[in-house]
Amino acid sequence: MKVVLHRRYRFCASHRLRQAGWTEEENLRVYGKCANPHGHGHNYVLDVAFTGPVDPATGMVTNLADLDAFVEREALAEFDHVYLNEQVPAFRSLVPTTENMCRVLFERLRAYPHARLETIGIQETAANTFEYAGETRGNE
Amino acid sequence: MVYLTRKVEFSASHLYHNPAFSPEENRRIFGKCNNPHGHGHNYVLEVTVAGEPDPRTGMVLDLKELKDILQREILDRMDHRFLNVEVPELAGRIPTTETIAMTIWQLLQPRIHQGRLHRVRLYETPDLFVDCFGNGQ
Repeated sequence: MKVVLHRRYRFCASHRLRQAGWTEEENLRVYGKCANPHGHGHNYVLDVAFTGPVDPATGMVTNLADLDAFVEREALAEFDHVYLNEQVPAFRSLVPTTENMCRVLFERLRAYPHARLETIGIQETAANTFEYAGETRGNE
Repeated sequence: MVYLTRKVEFSASHLYHNPAFSPEENRRIFGKCNNPHGHGHNYVLEVTVAGEPDPRTGMVLDLKELKDILQREILDRMDHRFLNVEVPELAGRIPTTETIAMTIWQLLQPRIHQGRLHRVRLYETPDLFVDCFGNGQ
C-alpha cells in the first residue's frame, strides 16, 4: 500500500508578471492586469505531499513537527508577506507565475530528509490551482 | 475509466502513545498529541472507486451500496468513538491519520465488488490529510 501525506500551509505575497526583455505593451498583452506596474497580492495555499514507509513505532510517514519546521525554514520564511519579484532571489530573473513558484518550491522541498516529495500544489486563488510533480514524473 | 468519490464525516478522539517509549520520548515525538486524556477531530473521509460504468445502469457501482458499506464498516466502528480503545483494528497501534487511513483501506477493499477501490483520502483537519493507494498505483 502506498501512503501519501498531504500538509497545507498558507502564505500571503505580492508579485508582478513581467518579462524583462519585453516591451511594456507586450507584457500587458500577455499578462494583462497581472503586469500592472506596482504588483498585486494573493493568499496562497501550499499543499506539499510526501510519501514513504509508515514507521510502525510512530504510525507516521514523517513527524509533522519536523516537516512544519522544514517548510517554515525552506519556504514560508522567505515567501510569506514579501514582494516575490524583489525579495526572493529566484524571481529576480524568473517570472513569479504560480507555475514557476511550484518549480522553485519543489526543488527546495525535495531536500527533506525524512520522506520523498511527491507533489507540490499551490492555490493562487480559489479558482486557480497548480500542481507539480517534478520533471521525471512530468509525463505520467 | 471513471472515478467516483463519496464523502462521509465522522468525529472521534485519539491520542498518540507508544508504551515502548519513555514518557519523555512520547512527549518529544508526539507533542500535545500525547496528552493523556486524548483529543478529537472531525474527520472527513473521501473514498474513490474506479471502474467502467455498467451500460445498463450507467453506474460504476450503486451509490446506495457504497453508502451502506461506509456506514457499516467505518461510521459504525469509528464515529463518536475513542479510537485507541474502541476500535479493535487500531488496538496496539498509533492511530495517526496514516494508520487510520490504511485501516479504512483494509476494511473497505474486500467489500467493494463493483469497480475497485482506487483511493482512500482521510482529512484529520483541512490542512492535514493522507491518501492511500493499492499496490502499483
